[in-house]
Amino acid sequence: MEIKDALSGIDDDSLVKDLLKRLKDELQGYPSSLRFMEVCGTHTMSVFRHGLRSLLPDKIDLLAGPGCPVCVTSAGQVDAILDLACLNGVRVATFGDLYRVPGSQGSLALASASGGKVDIVYSPVDALQLAKNNPSEFVVFLGVGFETTIPGVAATVREAAGSKIDNFAVFSAHKTMPPALDALFTDDASRIDGLLCPGHVSAIIGACAYKPLADKYEFPCVVAGFEPADILQGLIMLVRQKKRGIASVENAYSRVVSWQGNKSALEMIDSVFQVCDTAWRGLGVIPASGLAVRPEFASYNAQKRLNVEEKMVSEPPGCLCGSILKGESVPAACPLFGRTCTPVNPVGPCMVSSEGSCAAYHRYGGVDRKS
Amino acid sequence: MKTNGNLNYGHQTGSNEKVVDKDSILLDHGSGGLASQKLVSDIFLSQLDNPFLAGLEDSAVLGKIEGRVVFTTDSYVVDPLFFPGGDIGSLSVHGTINDLAMRGARPICLSLGCIIEEGFSMADLKRIAASIAGACRESGVVIATGDTKVVPRGKGDGIYLNTSGVGSVPEDLTVSTSLARPGDKIILSGTMADHGIAILTSRTGLTMEGDFRSDSQPLHFMVGELCESLAGNLHSLRDPTRGGVATSLCEIASSSRVGIIIEESALPVRSQTRGACEILGLEPLYLANEGKCLVIIREEKAELALEIMRNRLEGRDAVIIGSVTEGPEGRVEMITGIGGRRLIAPLAGEPLPRIC
Amino acid sequence: MCLAVPMRVIEIEGVEGDFSTLAKALVEGEGVRREVRLDIIDRWPEIGDYVIVHAGFALHALTAGEAEESLRLLRQIAGNTDQRDTEDPV
Repeated sequence: MEIKDALSGIDDDSLVKDLLKRLKDELQGYPSSLRFMEVCGTHTMSVFRHGLRSLLPDKIDLLAGPGCPVCVTSAGQVDAILDLACLNGVRVATFGDLYRVPGSQGSLALASASGGKVDIVYSPVDALQLAKNNPSEFVVFLGVGFETTIPGVAATVREAAGSKIDNFAVFSAHKTMPPALDALFTDDASRIDGLLCPGHVSAIIGACAYKPLADKYEFPCVVAGFEPADILQGLIMLVRQKKRGIASVENAYSRVVSWQGNKSALEMIDSVFQVCDTAWRGLGVIPASGLAVRPEFASYNAQKRLNVEEKMVSEPPGCLCGSILKGESVPAACPLFGRTCTPVNPVGPCMVSSEGSCAAYHRYGGVDRKS
Repeated sequence: MKTNGNLNYGHQTGSNEKVVDKDSILLDHGSGGLASQKLVSDIFLSQLDNPFLAGLEDSAVLGKIEGRVVFTTDSYVVDPLFFPGGDIGSLSVHGTINDLAMRGARPICLSLGCIIEEGFSMADLKRIAASIAGACRESGVVIATGDTKVVPRGKGDGIYLNTSGVGSVPEDLTVSTSLARPGDKIILSGTMADHGIAILTSRTGLTMEGDFRSDSQPLHFMVGELCESLAGNLHSLRDPTRGGVATSLCEIASSSRVGIIIEESALPVRSQTRGACEILGLEPLYLANEGKCLVIIREEKAELALEIMRNRLEGRDAVIIGSVTEGPEGRVEMITGIGGRRLIAPLAGEPLPRIC
Repeated sequence: MCLAVPMRVIEIEGVEGDFSTLAKALVEGEGVRREVRLDIIDRWPEIGDYVIVHAGFALHALTAGEAEESLRLLRQIAGNTDQRDTEDPV
């Protein structure tokens, strides 16, 4: 277990048991139940993979918010991506996550079946390598992701520019977390009692990014890591704040996250991308929540270079993904869930991504679902 | 095993440069004429020499087979063709032998169908034929009949193989995925996901260094010993290939109309495989194995079965991973490492590496 | 989102602050090795440090000591005054 040498013990079941007991003790005497929201797909996955929900006290309801970048990629963006994939001489490189996400016209899987060239990559660097290896093709990297992923894409664009690689561009569907969280609660913040903040996004933007949210909406924010023990620590800190009636930002993932964040990564983002408005699946257009390639790097902007436009596409009728992402509904409440919308034949994005709330509920639910 | 061959992992160079290799497969090699004969005798007969093949007849006469005849077929389209721990040739022998063994059968012979793309390297074809021959020798089976076709360049992905297998099972032995009974123990013969990870990490776009090795191996010797000592107590056998252990357990639970419960802490995974899975965001439970089996056996005989399996190289890491329950029918649950419970569902689509 | 794993630094290629070449590190975890980029890391790592790796880039460097400190904090919160915790008076 070299990877966890320094952390050996974090997955001790005795540590987890003690933390669970502590959480129950903290809740003793708290008059009502508590609804916390996590906004990170990896939190969603970890909770389900470890069966954590089945162990949590009944008083805690943990909701999955819009934390999966694939789930929030709008149907219009997916349609534009499909147009790209079907252009002659174009080869799209994507993270595996996006491969089955449906737009209104189908998914990349279908584009591939229809003759489009689609490559799965692990890193944007691999996409650039693909361009170097295939000078006669134009490689488009599909940039989806939040602040964790974006600096690496920016560094790759800088590398392409530095080495004058001409057959490479990025389709930027990137999104930033704080504006979306603000939009999520702006009409009604009373739905939740606290926010479990995403550990790896916070490694870049810093715990300080949640201060305005905590101040404005008066709910506690705790940054948490991804081991069950990390998540439990985050929940305990949220409960303690509720008991004291305070709403501040705390960091339960200090081994990775600092208050100020990662300055060099933020500068890297800023050097290549500029803020723009962007559409989120189910949430609509959120001002200043997207990132577009700066004019200085225009030749690496796939939208500009290949002249593809995002279309306005309405959501599939009946699909509750938007309201599920906001924490207003649970997957089971959706009329399509488990009927027309299944992991094999997903209608909405929350079913497609393995991190999506619906896919996770469908896959692991039943045993550990409480509602 | 039919690994999805259409997905690219950033490994194709697609270079427009054309290099003439005089040692390539030509359309003529599939014509049925002299070139075909030469290919068959140079590449296949020389390696697979046996009395069934020698006469180059249209079909093989196997003669009398004792017990009930067991018959199976599988096609092999793995990408890449050569991977750490094996290649498409040995895989096509092991895979079909294992399919026979999972019904308790003793394999007797296989057929071999090759569909080769024009321009395929003769040297690679020789290598694959030698690998098929080696796997047959080690397993004690023969290729009794075969066929070779060549398709035009661009109409195939190098080479596809199909093997069908004939075996026999005694009149009084029936093992089936529909025969798991509440109370039975579930044994897994060794570590999970080694084949799946060996394939994924040998696709250049996902390269990482590590001692990855496919587990491709024949299981019929070990299964033969189990059947001999434990017939009647041995209820189901399954090789968890595509879809992994998770999907196989779901299939058993549903066809036997029982429930299954497994313990996460008991599941054997090599540390390199686990490490690669963590990086790629994949779960070992859902990745392919090509030399492992699930054994469902009456509780009283589970320890004896374990002992028999652990005495063989292919079963030395065998462990009990869980047990069969009354139900609910078709439900597979796992007690997680931290004592939580989660439902195990069958795999929905090809497992793709994810970063988000 | 954002799957990221801690891996240990084995080799470093490049010099802190020199942007003329690509800074990379060879990292290892559970017997798996991979090259990662250091362009966006928050602190230049030393050999033996851990880095948090996401999509081929190292985001953050931490020492074994920092990792142990976070584990100590967890135990403290759990009220698990473990005998391994030497700072705690018995």
